[in-house]
Amino acid sequence: MLNSIGLQNPGIEYFMQNDLPWLKKFDTKIIVNACGSSVEEYVELAKVLNTLDIDGVELNLSCPNVKSGCMAFGTSYEGVKEVTSKVRKVLDKPLIVKLTPNVTDITEPAKGAEDAGADGVSLINTLLGMSIDIEKQRPVLANNMGGLSGPAIKPVAVRMVYQVAKAVNIPVLGLGGIVNGRDVIEFMLAGATAISIGTGNFIEPEISIKAINEVEDYMKRHDIEDINTIIGQVQMN
Amino acid sequence: MLRRPISIYNIDRNNIEFVFQVKGKGTRILSSKEEGEEIDILGPLGKGTFKYEGTKNIAIIGGGIGIFPLYELAKSAKETAKINMYLGFRNKEFVVLEEEYKKLADKFILTTDDGTYGSKGYAIDFLKEDLKKNNIDMIFACGPLPMLKAVQKLAKETNTPCQISLEERMGCGLGVCLGCAVKVNAGEQEIYTHVCKAGPVFDSNIVEI
Repeated sequence: MLNSIGLQNPGIEYFMQNDLPWLKKFDTKIIVNACGSSVEEYVELAKVLNTLDIDGVELNLSCPNVKSGCMAFGTSYEGVKEVTSKVRKVLDKPLIVKLTPNVTDITEPAKGAEDAGADGVSLINTLLGMSIDIEKQRPVLANNMGGLSGPAIKPVAVRMVYQVAKAVNIPVLGLGGIVNGRDVIEFMLAGATAISIGTGNFIEPEISIKAINEVEDYMKRHDIEDINTIIGQVQMN
Repeated sequence: MLRRPISIYNIDRNNIEFVFQVKGKGTRILSSKEEGEEIDILGPLGKGTFKYEGTKNIAIIGGGIGIFPLYELAKSAKETAKINMYLGFRNKEFVVLEEEYKKLADKFILTTDDGTYGSKGYAIDFLKEDLKKNNIDMIFACGPLPMLKAVQKLAKETNTPCQISLEERMGCGLGVCLGCAVKVNAGEQEIYTHVCKAGPVFDSNIVEI
């Protein structure tokens, strides 16, 4: 999926009044993805989030569709470290930093997050892409460029998860094109402690349940008792 | 591959019919399905379709592939209302299902932009003329954006209630990906809603297209 949807949402107050009470009805962990347009806004958001009954915060330093902020902080060691450490000071909850793949060396921003005290990193966000309608000779997206997600980016994501898991000592949450249990295993072998599914949900709303069942089948076939034992266990050629 | 949002054309007892234009990879794959093959469908999605209850004399205007969701409307509304139907196509090659729609209409106009079939011109021009003399109590529209914009404007000028069905690219169809955002006026407030969840049919007075 190539999209330039951006981060449309009615803001933190609306979230607190409407979305959070709804989410609370389910027996699950709630991790809030937060994005600001300046360092100050990230800190303000974190202060509010710290007061809420949630299980963690994921800092979005990597959305390619937002003009100011987000990705500007996410591409360098220094940028990630600056935002993350300021947020860390005001946030007691588990803090995950979501990284952009649109960099030369993904381990640099990952180390920035680790050195700033993040509890984990998640990767990858979308890859910047563009598609042209050859009949109209114009980009397909109104915003010209957008973020590419889904199975097309999975090999890039697996590679980056592998590199980051080798480079940092904090847990890695892997994502990018996961649509079944085999993909989950692949990310875990590469070094992911946990995984998440985004685009796959649009194709199949029950995809997570199916993927978990497939992971269980894999465990049976390979005689694995504890799934944690496969994390990072890929044998390189 | 992502699912494709496709409207229902006809419901006939235990059968649902879809008509779509092969436009890209997804629709090409769908079009190559053989009889007896299974397809995976998620739906029906959204907040239902056109509200025609209580109408007596309605105008149904459709353009191109936008005519398909109007068939079921015409079929149902026909029981209580007079159907004035205006279908526009680019040229002769694009004209489809003429007989099916004609059967449902009390008045039937078919146009092509270049005049290679039916009347030459735009369907809306015929609707415009009829609005002057006929007592049309509701307009229902589906088609390309320029047509919908023109219908919306005409409905406003003539003070005719109007419902339009919007088409948008969709990622999920469930209100999650937020890809099909559309601006609506809720009182004095302007808010964004989503075609897949709140639509696809909107009162033309409240939606900004």
